Amino acid sequence: MASKVDDKIMSLREATKLVPNGAHISLGGFTTQRHPMAFVYELIRQKRRNLHFYGHSPGGDLDMLIGAGCVRRVELAYEADEAFARIGPRFRRAVEGGLIEWEDYSNFGMVQRFAAGAMGIPFIPTRTMLGSDIVKKEGFSEKTRRSDPKIAPKKLATINCPFTGDKIVLLPAIQTDVTIIHAQVVDAQGTVRIYGQNFGDEQQAKCAKKLIVTCEEIVQPEELREYPEHNLIPFFRVNAIIKVPYGAHPYACYRYYDYDPEFLRLYHERARDDASFREFFNEYIYGVGDWEEYLGKIGGAEKLRKLKADKKLGYAPKLKRG
Amino acid sequence: MEKKYAKDYTLIELMAVAAAREIKDREIVFAGTGLPMLGAMLAQHTHAPNCTIVFEAGAVDCKLAHLPMSVGDPRTMRFASTATGLFDVFSTILQRGYIDVGFLSGAQIDAYGNINATCIGDYHRPKVRFPGSGGSGDIACLSKRTIIIAVHEKRRFPERVDYITSPGWIDGPEGRKRAGLPWGGPSAVITTLGVLRFDERTKRAYLASYHPGVTPKQVKKNTGFKLDVSRAKKTEPPTEAEIKILREKVDPEGIFLKKVAAEE
Repeated sequence: MASKVDDKIMSLREATKLVPNGAHISLGGFTTQRHPMAFVYELIRQKRRNLHFYGHSPGGDLDMLIGAGCVRRVELAYEADEAFARIGPRFRRAVEGGLIEWEDYSNFGMVQRFAAGAMGIPFIPTRTMLGSDIVKKEGFSEKTRRSDPKIAPKKLATINCPFTGDKIVLLPAIQTDVTIIHAQVVDAQGTVRIYGQNFGDEQQAKCAKKLIVTCEEIVQPEELREYPEHNLIPFFRVNAIIKVPYGAHPYACYRYYDYDPEFLRLYHERARDDASFREFFNEYIYGVGDWEEYLGKIGGAEKLRKLKADKKLGYAPKLKRG
Repeated sequence: MEKKYAKDYTLIELMAVAAAREIKDREIVFAGTGLPMLGAMLAQHTHAPNCTIVFEAGAVDCKLAHLPMSVGDPRTMRFASTATGLFDVFSTILQRGYIDVGFLSGAQIDAYGNINATCIGDYHRPKVRFPGSGGSGDIACLSKRTIIIAVHEKRRFPERVDYITSPGWIDGPEGRKRAGLPWGGPSAVITTLGVLRFDERTKRAYLASYHPGVTPKQVKKNTGFKLDVSRAKKTEPPTEAEIKILREKVDPEGIFLKKVAAEE
């Protein structure tokens, strides 16, 4: 169990050691919001391979990991940057080319699976997905399921409820090896506070065997403990804390900064083609020493000023988006 | 007061107005990005001021000042009643039976209102892959009724979809019951050519209205399944007031209104 003393604060590179090749991972955030991008870039630089990825609605966080060749299998409900792109170009290419293995659920299905893992129960009953091909069609082959004991032996089960007789779907729980989330505020012991919607972060974080939290700010425990009802995750669940201001860029972090339409459009334009995608990666990921340098590359102080959230609204009302 | 119909409007504005008119006052609405948001916000500004918009990523009944580009957009936080996350919204609001109307879209829609948002061709070797269900499969299963938004092309309206991501009436009047779904089903499909509804007896789609400038014959020609057009009327055009609100209050930045038509 992780301790209360201040030994959890580390660098991105140190923290990536907690994610070995083949690890089962999940990332916090939702489409164009609050993904732990600085950590994703570092995983890409460290050339992690064969990751098993669980998500509900990831965006470019997963698309980039796939594009970099880090991912072997995905279990998810959706993959796109919503209004910026109908589908992640690297995800689409990987599926159509058979470069990864995939298993589809719905968003509700996936968050229930994380919740079951977080509660320590083996499955969770639900009414959703009945009548769909999500229930009828398995994605992973038998061989894949047998190859890794951490993969559920079957996608789901449909039963009649023992109490009411209603048809019900049972979904297998997920417990990730490592979940990585990006929070606004953490204290040095690890207590986590998230402002705004937590999306599926609560369930994804609490179902993890190890939890890495990147954050905008590290504060004194007293500050967060003054209003404990506003905190989401108790300190002992957190194994690593990394302070990375703007660490969710190009995605939004409520009350801190907005998504970056310019960068997202650039990514989606470049990621459609193999060669321009590689150039994009060389420029923004491989060719960049640290996060400071990355922030300079994307437009430095001027860009960050444009993205900075209005204190009251929590986003940048004047940001050019259309 | 007599309605003053607008003379100058785009297709996407017409569709947003049609979407808004599907919403009744005091209803709880599950809205996605794009046209559904435009429609739901317009409804709030016109005939349904007391409808509540719920976003799957967590925000409930926010007072939008800027159009969100994501259902998890920080813009959905403004003066919201609550802001939790997907697990809470899907389980205690949607599955519990509080969503009156949910909006859906997809790459293919079939004669029974089933939606494919997953892939064209075999699931394991798809010719084209789409983003996947997201929350749409959940909204299709557990809303009291659903409104589907679609681009009307023959290839997008086959007799049967390649993959049912979001179940409609499945295969007829008994389809949902047989599958174990407790309630719900699609009530309208708002397309770039008209509005389809579902026959009460067969649950097959029929043409209820065709947009100004479109003929029933054209709609038939652009539909991959056999479409009954015998009941079709002309779609009521948007009013001047509706267009003004859309442009000035709902999407002044032109984020979705300036796009040509609903994609996907």
